[in-house]
Amino acid sequence: MTTELFEYLLRLGDNSLVLGHRLSEWCGKSPILEEDIAISNTALDFIGQTQLWLGLAATVEGQGRSADDLAMLRDVWDFRNLLLVEQPNGNFGETIMRQYLFDAWHVLLLDGLTRSHHQEISAIAQKVVKEVRYHIERSRDLVIRLGDGTPVSHEKMQIALDRLWPYVREMFDVDPVEHTLIEQGLIPDTSTLRAAFDAEVLKTFATATLTLPSSNFAHLGGKSGKRHSEHLGHLLTQMQWLQRAYPGATW
Amino acid sequence: MTEPKAPEWPLWEVFIRGQHGASHRHVGSLHAPDAEMAIKHARDVYTRRKEGVSIWVVPTTAIAASNPDMKGPLYDPSDSKPYRHPTFFDIPKEIGTM
Repeated sequence: MTTELFEYLLRLGDNSLVLGHRLSEWCGKSPILEEDIAISNTALDFIGQTQLWLGLAATVEGQGRSADDLAMLRDVWDFRNLLLVEQPNGNFGETIMRQYLFDAWHVLLLDGLTRSHHQEISAIAQKVVKEVRYHIERSRDLVIRLGDGTPVSHEKMQIALDRLWPYVREMFDVDPVEHTLIEQGLIPDTSTLRAAFDAEVLKTFATATLTLPSSNFAHLGGKSGKRHSEHLGHLLTQMQWLQRAYPGATW
Repeated sequence: MTEPKAPEWPLWEVFIRGQHGASHRHVGSLHAPDAEMAIKHARDVYTRRKEGVSIWVVPTTAIAASNPDMKGPLYDPSDSKPYRHPTFFDIPKEIGTM
């Protein structure tokens, strides 16, 4: 069970780390100052969450590695994040769409994790879910404003949805790692969260005048680590270069 | 040829109440398309370090200000009237601090 738990905590931590890093790429470059601050705040929330999840992962592993070691010294094939979060930022609308799809799942997952039989998991989830409730407030609002905005913003949001929708199913895909933990009452069964997720996003997209893609095609292989997209490697070279170039550097 | 610039979002003045019972204080201003987003932006710009328990936003254009040129006539007359301060009254001990 320890192996599965470590694996699963890496998934939680890597989702936060990779998405947090992606959002930090907007720092200083957002369309307007206020959004720049808001998006950087969100990025920091995710890095904070990463410390908690990867910190717990390191404890569970018990090999003397720290959260920093896990974040900075693993290579692409060891990462367990969803394919969705490693997708490039694209335009601002695409970033917001990626964020909304993630938030809509994340808030349901964390809500389930608050009831975990694992004390630390439950405690972290209770702390984090508050931040995440605000994240979805913001991303949902922006999806609606941009989707139901000008013809240009509407078109960009529809393109973003069409491009990112195939990454949604991975979030609800339950594999043997998760099965083991579900049976122990440590994590919620994400497949049971799909109905609530669909209700949330369908309502938002209807208000945002966006059309859900009809294709059921899905990209898989991020959280199992089997098939990351080429984008993750490029992200890691940016994120990890300092520790790679100057091992053990601190400040 | 440069494209015509989109009009800037209107300016909002932000007021934050630091704690229950205290009054809202002006903390700064920001741009937002409407009140709802102004509050969201204010949350991210001004309350990150737990500065507040309540946010007000007001369109900057809704604020009427006194004329700086009228400083003399408006404020100088109270210069020589220290008796307008309530410090000349003896407050009975049982009242405590006011």
